Amino acid sequence: MSKEPKVSIRGLYKIFGDDPQAMLPHVHSGMGKPELLEKYNHVLGLQDINVDMQAGEITVIMGLSGSGKSTLIRHLNRLIEPTSGEVIVDGENVLDYDEEQLRNLRRNKMSMVFQKFALLPHRTVLQNAGMSRLVRGEDEASAESHGRPWLQRVGLDGYEDHYPHQLSGGMQQRVGIARALASDSDIMLMDEAFSALDPLIRTDMQDLLLELQKELQKTIVFITHDLDEALKLADHLVILKDGYVVQQGEPQHILLNPNDPYIEDFVSDINRARVLRVRSVMSPLNGETEFSGVVDANDNLEKLIELSEGDTSHNFKVQKDGEDVGILHMKDLVRALVPTRAAEKGAVR
Amino acid sequence: MAAYDWLFGALGLKDWCEKDASGGPMTMAQLLAKSGKDGGGGEGAPVSFWDTPFPSLDTLNESCSSVARTRDMTTWVENLFLSVKDPLKVVLDPISQPLSWALDGSLWLFQTVPWFIVIPLLLLAVWGASRSWKLVGFVAISFLFLSFIDHYVPAIQTLSIIFVCTGFSVLLGVPIGILMSRSDRFQRVSLPVLDMLQTLPTFVYLIPLIFLFSVTESKLYGIAIILYAIVPVIRLTDLGIRLVDQDVIEAADAFGMTDKQKLFGVQIPLAMPNIMAGVNQTIMMSLAMVVIASLVSAPGLGVLVLRGIRNLELGVGLVSGFGIVLLAILLDRVTKASLGRINTAQKD
Repeated sequence: MSKEPKVSIRGLYKIFGDDPQAMLPHVHSGMGKPELLEKYNHVLGLQDINVDMQAGEITVIMGLSGSGKSTLIRHLNRLIEPTSGEVIVDGENVLDYDEEQLRNLRRNKMSMVFQKFALLPHRTVLQNAGMSRLVRGEDEASAESHGRPWLQRVGLDGYEDHYPHQLSGGMQQRVGIARALASDSDIMLMDEAFSALDPLIRTDMQDLLLELQKELQKTIVFITHDLDEALKLADHLVILKDGYVVQQGEPQHILLNPNDPYIEDFVSDINRARVLRVRSVMSPLNGETEFSGVVDANDNLEKLIELSEGDTSHNFKVQKDGEDVGILHMKDLVRALVPTRAAEKGAVR
Repeated sequence: MAAYDWLFGALGLKDWCEKDASGGPMTMAQLLAKSGKDGGGGEGAPVSFWDTPFPSLDTLNESCSSVARTRDMTTWVENLFLSVKDPLKVVLDPISQPLSWALDGSLWLFQTVPWFIVIPLLLLAVWGASRSWKLVGFVAISFLFLSFIDHYVPAIQTLSIIFVCTGFSVLLGVPIGILMSRSDRFQRVSLPVLDMLQTLPTFVYLIPLIFLFSVTESKLYGIAIILYAIVPVIRLTDLGIRLVDQDVIEAADAFGMTDKQKLFGVQIPLAMPNIMAGVNQTIMMSLAMVVIASLVSAPGLGVLVLRGIRNLELGVGLVSGFGIVLLAILLDRVTKASLGRINTAQKD
């Protein structure tokens, strides 16, 4: 975590209303969202957002509708102008950019995938996939030669000459992803990219994204309202509520140490055995020699339960890349399956 | 004694009224009243309260001749128009000259090229626009019928005028509609003007135009038709662009499209169905206007209708009226068919 973050958001505020600048002092002095709405009729969209996004990681921003997550992602490429704050990409403040620089950022550095796909309905799938190239001023042939391999990569061979309305939702979103990838940008913004798809296809698309990410190592900012999806994809998880960051960090850590009743509520509904990994609940090796078996640090707890056949007396040796890194007591595992209360642990941040 | 003498008395304006006591020329009504009075009516009979007339300009003038009469007012409007007419003509004449050329040129072209070339060409155009053999057959039969009853020349004249006027309407209307869709302020200013153009009785267009241009110039009826018919294409271009899916616009922005790329690559293509619906309406309205424009020397089927009215030649009027209906159906079907083709090409 010592390296420079690829994207970092510093002290970002967004207030919607007639005179947002005049409202800033009120917000700085601690006025909350309901009060601001009632007294001044301004909506506090985002308050004091500070997030670092590392290169090659998937940062997931999660929140319920109205939490400001879609507003936040649109600040990264300035589809929405902030009221105050900084968005730093590769060491440069995007908010200082003029129109030309901003256009270059959008054309070359950041691509975006949308919840409602937002494909051009009058263009073929192939033309859509090559859109970013055409926008940059490259010719039709170059656009097609860059679009075609990505369409193949997302599994859409043979659909090049179809129109978007002829494809199913999942396939349309594959085109959306191919379109974003074809621009060769380092950063991909995904705004609820899979939320409009049905559950099975959503799982497919998540797997596709993880597979692509393993190979491409892009910096991905992913927005979702679905915790399972967030936990599956996230390297870094940011939880938003009413426009502020409730908690952020490694997803496993948040799951085990929720610092807010809001997050506990979220966390209590998920299948912990499937989401939690061995590395999160293991303890350091302490000279034990008796093991019932060897497991990988990245295995999930469900697999362990299956392995131990429910017997809580077992201990397992944990290995990572072939090295012994710790021991897993089945008792700890069972304990970890019960959601912790923030109050008992004391708020950790 | 007139009804409002007391008013000017009370306001102390008697002197001002009598200063110019000679007044203007008498109106017919005054003249009649005077002769009636000479015959017997008692001078200065008091007006009963029940009969108090509305204090209009003419009534007030009876009490005080310094007040202008209504006909002075209309004369004033006329003079105002006549005084701006010349400078206006200096500006409008060269601007509108291409319209005259286009109308005359197209009329000449359509009438010079023999019928056995024009009709196949028209059918080819119908095929190109609609890709429907049924429609081509219908157009062929209609035109052969019109030609058979010797209405080929007026029909082709009407058609040629409509082509030119629709062309100009689209050329002017689409850019205006685009401007309206981009600026709310411009839209606010334009909408009342468009409302006015649509509601103004069609004959009223002709009055100032007759003063501005000579009746022998074809741009006179060209302008009248365009003013009337341009409204739907403007409105629907504006509407169509405003209705383009905001998500797609956002995607275009997110990929860094310039305004120009967005306009020609996204907004206009996606607004096309609406723009074409506007063109269809524009064609229909220019057809309606081309009949009225025959009053100011527009050639075509309208002239025959006019002859039917003037000379009470019932048959001539009815047959040419039917010819106009036939043209309307043809134009509507062909534009609707091409609109349908655009629509199926881009559903989302």
